[in-house]
Amino acid sequence: MSVTLDDANFSSTGSSVEAVRVRGLTRTFGNIGSRPGRGVLDNLDLTVKGGEIVALIGRSGSGKSTLLRILAGLDSGASGEFTVPGRVSVAFQDARLLLWKRVRENVALGLRGEDRLQIAELALAEVGLSDHLRAWPLTLSGGEAQRVALARALVREPELLLLDEPFGALDAITRLTMHQLVLELWARHRPAILLVTHDVDEALALADRVVLLADGRIAYEEHISLTRPRHHDHPDLVGKRNRLLAELGVYSKGAVH
Amino acid sequence: MSATETEAPPIAGLGPAMATVESPAPARRTLGVGSPKSKTRRRAWYRWVSPLVLLVIWQLTHVFKLIDPNKLPPPSMVVTTAYNLAVHPIPAFGSLQAALLASVERFAMGFAAGGAIAVLLALSAGLSRIGDAAIDPLAQMIRMLPLFGLVPVFIVWFGIGQLPKVILVGLAAAVPLYLNLYAGIRSIDGRLYELGRVLGLTRKERLLNIVLPGAMPQALVGLRQSLGTAWLALVVAEQVNASTGLGAMIDQAENFLRNDVIFVALAVYTLLGLLTDAIVRAIERRAMAWRTDLVAA
Repeated sequence: MSVTLDDANFSSTGSSVEAVRVRGLTRTFGNIGSRPGRGVLDNLDLTVKGGEIVALIGRSGSGKSTLLRILAGLDSGASGEFTVPGRVSVAFQDARLLLWKRVRENVALGLRGEDRLQIAELALAEVGLSDHLRAWPLTLSGGEAQRVALARALVREPELLLLDEPFGALDAITRLTMHQLVLELWARHRPAILLVTHDVDEALALADRVVLLADGRIAYEEHISLTRPRHHDHPDLVGKRNRLLAELGVYSKGAVH
Repeated sequence: MSATETEAPPIAGLGPAMATVESPAPARRTLGVGSPKSKTRRRAWYRWVSPLVLLVIWQLTHVFKLIDPNKLPPPSMVVTTAYNLAVHPIPAFGSLQAALLASVERFAMGFAAGGAIAVLLALSAGLSRIGDAAIDPLAQMIRMLPLFGLVPVFIVWFGIGQLPKVILVGLAAAVPLYLNLYAGIRSIDGRLYELGRVLGLTRKERLLNIVLPGAMPQALVGLRQSLGTAWLALVVAEQVNASTGLGAMIDQAENFLRNDVIFVALAVYTLLGLLTDAIVRAIERRAMAWRTDLVAA
């Protein structure tokens, strides 16, 4: 497996530069004979441009989380090639805060330098948690905890932000607020975002491009050029939603066309 | 001496906290800090009632001449004897302070050595696969060894001086501390290590930010257990051929049929045990502040 960590690519915020380049990526788990296990990636190609938001959707076991974990450096068992920028951040479905550290220290975790706490405070201000700097994580609501996790991901100025179903555990209203927040943060910092989600509406609300994975390959792609924030019953989106749901096998394709 | 006692459930309760609806939190927190403390204080007061009642009943057995004070000296007599041992010591027993000092010294040496070794071994076993394979099987065997059965062996090996006593205390301290710290390290959520990797933490940062604080609740349970077993080991060790310390005082008192002196020594042992336990609980309150806030909410 050849992995290229493109450290020289720090300033790649322009939309023409590639943030992620995946070529022929294959990952198999516990092969039984010639039958590959679940969550495989099968010779996958994918490119994400700098500043682009790509949503990865797919059924459970389609390999979308596996791809994200490989790009995050958490899974080294794949073969093929991929390139990611020097600064990559991840936010998981669970906020994954260290319960024994106060909110500000959680965000500053892994930062170096004298001003690490001030930098963390700025990031927390950006996600609207300025008055929770000294709070313990267990006193936070689910949405607050996830905002801390976003601040922790953003504080390292990522060129690529990997979001692994970060809003999956939140209630519907909080989730919509979080979508707004992510878009605001994205508009300000312009990282490329790769968002893994189960939620077609979430993908349509946020992404420039929705990529549907099935059996470890890209089964379908949908480009969305509507400006954000988007109203979810915009006629363009309704059509794309039906098409994506059909591709996911929720509706029969005949009913849509 | 069982080390399986689970007093600290590892990080439960994220559920209820996550379920709370988003709201301006400062108000919620100020409420949380004030109320639980007064609640704890009230409960602490109640907890003195039953021991005091027991003391009164104990004293009354003497007042109504129900039990021979030579068999069961009443609290008043224990206090008087303690005072006399401290202020007007007689050669047969020595002074209470000297005995106390000798015992505490033995305990401190044994506990410090045993505790340090336990921490080193638990970290090695908990953090590396090789360390685990090398250390943990031996530790699990030593855990099953009847500690006090070693006393005659220790006399043969180390004589009857300070060394066998210190070693016995050290072993008694090391076993529960090792077991709990090891279990604590092992029970840390693997997802937190993933987080450490994603954030690019160095080995040292991982140890200080994830491993040690993550293992802390269980380690503190281990610390309290090891204090208990170590004091017990001290009592046993000191009654085998000691010329100084509280155990020696008990030994002498037995010869002179002075049950009151034995009770003084036992009371001092008990108070020492309570004192060290209180110290650990104070550490616990400080180190577990992140969790007590949850209890408050």
